[in-house]
Amino acid sequence: MYEFNYHRPGSVDEAVGLISEDAKILAGGQSLLPTMKLRLAQPSDMIDLAGIPGLSDISVDGSTVTIGATATHASVAASSAVAGAIPALAKLASGIGDAQVRNMGTMGGSVANADPAADYPAALVGLGATVHTNSRTVAADDFFTGIFETDLAENEIVTKVSFPVPQAAAYVKFANPASRYAIVGVFVAKTADGVRVAVTGAGGSVFRASDMEAALNGNFSASSLDGIAVASDDLNSDLHASADYRAHLVSVMAKRAVQAAGG
Amino acid sequence: MPNVSMTVNGKAVSAEVEPRTLLVQFLREKLSLTGTHVGCDTSQCGACVVHVNGKSVKACTTLAVQHEGADVTTIEGLAQNGELHPMQEAFKEHHGLQCGFCTPGMVMSAIDLVKTHPNPDEKTIREGLEGNICRCTGYHNIVKAVKAAADNMGG
Ligand SMILES: Cc1cc2nc3c(=O)[nH]c(=O)nc-3n(C[C@H](O)[C@H](O)[C@H](O)COP(=O)(O)OP(=O)(O)OC[C@H]3O[C@@H](n4cnc5c(N)ncnc54)[C@H](O)[C@@H]3O)c2cc1C
Ligand code: FES
Ligand code: FES
Repeated sequence: MYEFNYHRPGSVDEAVGLISEDAKILAGGQSLLPTMKLRLAQPSDMIDLAGIPGLSDISVDGSTVTIGATATHASVAASSAVAGAIPALAKLASGIGDAQVRNMGTMGGSVANADPAADYPAALVGLGATVHTNSRTVAADDFFTGIFETDLAENEIVTKVSFPVPQAAAYVKFANPASRYAIVGVFVAKTADGVRVAVTGAGGSVFRASDMEAALNGNFSASSLDGIAVASDDLNSDLHASADYRAHLVSVMAKRAVQAAGG
Repeated sequence: MPNVSMTVNGKAVSAEVEPRTLLVQFLREKLSLTGTHVGCDTSQCGACVVHVNGKSVKACTTLAVQHEGADVTTIEGLAQNGELHPMQEAFKEHHGLQCGFCTPGMVMSAIDLVKTHPNPDEKTIREGLEGNICRCTGYHNIVKAVKAAADNMGG
């Protein structure tokens, strides 16, 4: 790892003020530090969010679950308030990586990193969540823009994510047996505005399966998905799975998620 | 160079470190606590697991400066008055190790696991140890040891 300066600001404003061209925000470090060890990133300055009070708060009011940027995956998984309002979200958090990664890794880090195989992006898009930054709010549908790419500006910090409570939801992933990252993960939610189906792991970025949504809006049952497949043209092919296999997995995981959500 | 202070195995320690110093380097190289191992250095094997404020973390994937003021426990801090921790005792009793390289991390992860899941079944134990890799034992006796320790620890 190359040398850098370390900062531990006490507020979001102070953190934003420290951002410079070669600086990086440090949250749980579970993606950033491995990248720096490989010398794929060499920030001049690291701005640690861990000292900012209130940034890890989790709160639930009737129709919305709000998770602070530095809330760890473990704290989301262990929150009885989250499990009561959106059990699928708590369960998703409990399946990220391993216990040690969950003790350090954070909501904000996961969404800002936008790893194509990460789990949270499926929950954000599947539930129609809103990403809050120091300067604005962005709908999840507009937030994830590509491979490790988001709509965040250079000097923007994710402060929290708010999730509307759905009528029913489930997330099912086909996990890489070593890392637990999603080879394919599908989040299905029945919401007041209709069914949402979000797919992670399969493409360059999380995406919605609109044909599946239309079929499930007609009849929320796994059998509605019979014969509906996503095209494999734009899906990932790597040593873990071919694009065709991923396309197949999307259908299988989507059906299982619908069943788990009671359909 | 910034100064970092923390409590390690009950003792206050303080040292100047480069910000890029990993917690595991700080423990092994500054404090000579070499019980915490580095197996992969790529966040995968769990040989480096220690407790920070009671929670298990991979010490190779976190900076020492991130833990200013923290309470850190390593494998060296478990035995009390010459008596092994029940988890260490159970690993010994049930042959939960062969070469022993993974063992410090396994024991630290297993203690955290039993704390969060006081009466774990086999599936819970295997899932809870997903972040720890052992090249020798085939895990069978590790799972047995963790189960036995959980029973002894009053779960
Ligand atoms: C062994 C292993 C297994 C894993 N398995 C999985 C898995 O199964 N599923 C999964 O989804 N993930 C997995 N991960 C990744 C893990 O979830 C990370 O915690 C997560 O991707 C990044 O969160 P972090 O808090 O650690 O962020 P960091 O590593 O600190 O930061 C990641 C990036 O986000 C930026 N950033 C962080 N916080 C903010 C913020 N608030 N605002 C703006 N930018 C910010 C940083 O500058 C950096 O570019 C795994 C990681 C490891 C090491
Ligand atoms: S040395 Fe830290 S996980 Fe392998
Ligand atoms: S006992 Fe040898 S690696 Fe586990």
